[in-house]
Amino acid sequence: MNGVHDMGGMHGFGAVAREENEPVFHADWERRAFALTLAMGAFRRWNLDRSRFAREQMPPDEYLAATYYERWLWGLRELLVEHGFVTREELERREVRAPRDARPRPEALRPADLPRMLRNRRAARLDDPVPPKFKPGDRVVARNIHPLGHTRLPRYVRSRQGVIDRDHGVFIFPDTHALGQGKKPQHVYSVRFAARELWGLEASPRDSVYVDLWDDYLDPA
Amino acid sequence: MSGHEHEHGHEPGGHGHTHDPSHPHNAPLTEVQLRVKALESLLTEKGLVDPAALDELIDTYETRVGPRNGAKVVARAWIDPEFKRRLLENATEAIAEMGFIGRQGEDMVALENTPRVHNLVVCTLCSCYPWPVLGLPPVWYKSSPYRSRAVIDPRGVLREFDVELPDDVEVRVWDSTAELRYLVLPERPAGTEGMSEEELAALVTRDAMVGAATVKAPGGPRTGTAR
Repeated sequence: MNGVHDMGGMHGFGAVAREENEPVFHADWERRAFALTLAMGAFRRWNLDRSRFAREQMPPDEYLAATYYERWLWGLRELLVEHGFVTREELERREVRAPRDARPRPEALRPADLPRMLRNRRAARLDDPVPPKFKPGDRVVARNIHPLGHTRLPRYVRSRQGVIDRDHGVFIFPDTHALGQGKKPQHVYSVRFAARELWGLEASPRDSVYVDLWDDYLDPA
Repeated sequence: MSGHEHEHGHEPGGHGHTHDPSHPHNAPLTEVQLRVKALESLLTEKGLVDPAALDELIDTYETRVGPRNGAKVVARAWIDPEFKRRLLENATEAIAEMGFIGRQGEDMVALENTPRVHNLVVCTLCSCYPWPVLGLPPVWYKSSPYRSRAVIDPRGVLREFDVELPDDVEVRVWDSTAELRYLVLPERPAGTEGMSEEELAALVTRDAMVGAATVKAPGGPRTGTAR
C-alpha cells in the first residue's frame, strides 16, 4: 500500500536527532510491548510480513505521531483480535488483575523456548530450486505497481532503472505471504540505482542506492 | 506480574524528542502505559503469555545482544585478513563462527568502507536492523528524518553525524527492504597498529557499524562525537 510508512525521499521531517548513551528501552512499557509482540508471534498464527502489514495499516496521522513501540503495540492489538486471542471489548479494559497463579497454556512461550526461538537461523530464505530471472550486471526496471496490500517495493524506485548487483538467493515473497497467499519462492537481488536516476541531476553522480528487490518487482530494462 | 513496576515517564518522542528525567515516578500512568499493563494482564490471565518469558526476552536484548557483538566481528576482521575475506564473502557464516546468530540476522551481508567507498544502511519501510550483531535499533535509526532522508540526502545526514565526505568518495546507501541484514565494516583508524583485538573492539561504535560514523583512534583527532 502507498502508506506513510514508505518514507524514502520524503521531505519535512527535519534533522536526525541522536541521543548520547541511549538506553535500549526508554520506558518499561516499551520493554513489555516488545516482549509481548515476540511472545505472541511465537504462536505462529501470523508471520513477520503480516506483522509489518498490520503496523502499516495504522491510520497515517496516528502512525506519524506514534513512536516505534506504539506502532508495534497497535499492530499487535489488531492481530490479537483478528486471530481471536482477545476481543475488542477486552482490549478496552484498563484493569491489571492477572492472578499470580495464572497457568500458561502448553503452546505459550516459556523461558526454556527462547534459545531455540532467538537463535533460529532459518527465516525467509528458501531451498526451492527456482531459477533466477536476472543475473548480476543485468539492467532492470522496477515495476510501476501500487498494490493495496503489503509490498516491499518502495515508491521511490518504481519505474526507475537499475542494475542487478548481486543475487541473494531464493526467499519468501512478502506481498503474498503477508496476505496468507503463500510463499511464492523467488530470487531477491540487490539492485543498484544511481542517485541521479532516482533524484535527478542535483544528486551526486557518484552515489547510488542499493535496494533488495524480488523477481516479481522487476522487468528487463 | 513481572517485577518491572517502575514506570519512567520519559518516552522517546519520534518528533520533538522530549525527555523528562525529572518526571516523578508516582505520576499517573499514561494511556500507553495503562494499555500495555492491561494487555499483559489480559494475556497472562488467558494463559497466552508467561511473564517469566517476557522478562527473559527483555533481559536478552538489554544485556546480552547488542553492538558489542558487532564490534568483536569488526575487530576480528581488522586483525585477521582470512576472517575478513570470509566475512565479505559470506557474512552469515563468518559471523556465526563467532556465535552471533538468529533472529533478524539470519542472512547477513558485510559492507566494507574504504577511502573510496562509504556505505550507509537504512530501512525506509520500517526499521530492519541486524539484531544479533547490533541489538535493537536506536531511536534515530527508526525516526522519520533518518528513514526519509538517508536515501535522498545521505551526505546531508552524514554531516549531521559529523561525518564530512569528500566529493570523490562514493556513497552507497543500502535500503534493507528484504530479509538481508547489513553490517558496515568501518575503516580501521590509523595509529592503532599495535592494538589487540579487544582494544580495537572497544573503539568500534554502533553508529560506525551502520555507516553513520567513522572509528577514531584513541587520542586521535576528534572530528565528531562518534558513538
